Amino acid sequence: MLKPGTSSVVAASNTGDSLRRRPRLGERFIESWIFLAGLFAIIILVGIIAVLIKEGLPIFTYSSPWQFLFGTKWYPTSEPPTFGILPFFVGTLMITLIATVAAVPIGVGCAAYLAEVAPPRIRETVKPIIELLAGIPSVMMGFIGLMLLSPLVKSIFHLNTGLCGLTAAIMLSLMSLPIIVSVSEDALHAVPKEFKEASYALGATKWETIRHVCIPAALSGIGAAIMLGVGRAIGETMTVLMVAGGALAVPLSPTDPMTTMTAAIASGIGNAARGGLQYQALFAIGLILFVMTLAVNLIAERVLERQKRKFAR
Amino acid sequence: MAANSNVSISVSGPGTGPGIAALIDGTTDIAQASRPITQTETAQAEANGVHPYEIHVANDGLSVVVNPSNNVSELTTAQLSAIYTCNIANWRDVGGKDAPVVVLSRDTSSGSHDFFLQRVVQMQGLPTQNTTLQYGPEVLFLSSTEAGITEVAQNPDAIFYAGLAYVTNQTKTVALKKTASDPAILPSKETVLDGTYYLARPLFFYTNGEPTGVIKDFIDYCLSPAGQEKVSEVGYIPLA
Repeated sequence: MLKPGTSSVVAASNTGDSLRRRPRLGERFIESWIFLAGLFAIIILVGIIAVLIKEGLPIFTYSSPWQFLFGTKWYPTSEPPTFGILPFFVGTLMITLIATVAAVPIGVGCAAYLAEVAPPRIRETVKPIIELLAGIPSVMMGFIGLMLLSPLVKSIFHLNTGLCGLTAAIMLSLMSLPIIVSVSEDALHAVPKEFKEASYALGATKWETIRHVCIPAALSGIGAAIMLGVGRAIGETMTVLMVAGGALAVPLSPTDPMTTMTAAIASGIGNAARGGLQYQALFAIGLILFVMTLAVNLIAERVLERQKRKFAR
Repeated sequence: MAANSNVSISVSGPGTGPGIAALIDGTTDIAQASRPITQTETAQAEANGVHPYEIHVANDGLSVVVNPSNNVSELTTAQLSAIYTCNIANWRDVGGKDAPVVVLSRDTSSGSHDFFLQRVVQMQGLPTQNTTLQYGPEVLFLSSTEAGITEVAQNPDAIFYAGLAYVTNQTKTVALKKTASDPAILPSKETVLDGTYYLARPLFFYTNGEPTGVIKDFIDYCLSPAGQEKVSEVGYIPLA
């Protein structure tokens, strides 16, 4: 199979019987290779979950799950240490929610413009530029947030400091925009021409076609785009670490300084002694973060499934 | 560098804690520290077969900085402690204007975080010492010293602490009074070396055992007049 030249010579000189067998052998090789690749990915994933559980769960013998999840005091290095992650949990939820609410309408709108309204030349120049935005390192985004956005947020909202959840959320929405635009544009672009033509033939306007035909037909792709965007927002660490303020109090408003779960892990793990209480607590945060993203994915899948069925009717 | 062109050095700077942790794990040859190694860390290192060897390379005066527009120019340790435990939340209470205090600190990976916690927040060694005190819930924990300096330069209500080498003319350094009856002293070469500045502190290198080979060459250079010249050049205080 690797040398098409020789294989064709062999195939030509042999009987039809071997002609049938050869592709099967190659196919079996490819099948087992794909199987191994899939197995490898699953093993690594299961391994990561196992490590999270092994390193993270022991903290619950020191501090009960209730205390850990709903405790408001995080003093890992004091004597005795207290581990309450409610401030980080609320911070992550708040920042992710605001970033998503800001990025999704703009992202999907931009994708609809590029896919349906913009002339091809604009689409071909704008889309690569937007995709380029996704490649900006998060530390650069953090730097931009620190130098440019945080003074702006401070003066607009008359805050004590611009290092707050809102600044982080705005930066995160900018960072998830390219993903949302690019993936949903692909999905919209893949909607069969016949759908749109039928819609126009029925007298629908461009807006009606986008709103009632293109977006519903591309919904699973747009849903995937939004999930990828949310995933980026939940998991982003560096930018949030730099601009969210890093306060340990439970944030009551988006304009409060706050710490997210990822930022708490990043700032604590460097000096947490291996196997110590703080180390276990940080792994437990990682475990909870993992459960959260899993839940978001499952819920999104459910919702999308329902939407698709509705559209099918 | 020119004399030892076959040696490659990579420096990473998350803070004292990660540096010492890397020394314990054997992933670094030299760990820089802005506080002495703790007993727990020494025990962990010995358990891993690593013998931390301390080299005092420079001195620093941990500086308390505010925005240049702030009219507060001196603070006592007790006032600073109250600010960092969030018991004083307005500049008015320490002789400033009526504005909320935006309290900035480094995060737990920083040696300065621990040093400031012990010497200022908990006031260790002073009559008012209270080792149960902790940084307050409103304190902003920043992942780098540069981020704090940037914020202080932009924010008229912010207060932060930083090593001398980080202090720029975009911020104003506050003179410290050990107790209310002591004189207010600014960090300088003289006040750090004679110890009259309250937050004077040594800066260390830690190696695994007494340094040998190229590591010894590097340490020797740092302690040589040329190396100490560099210490002053970047803003720290040389050994003598």
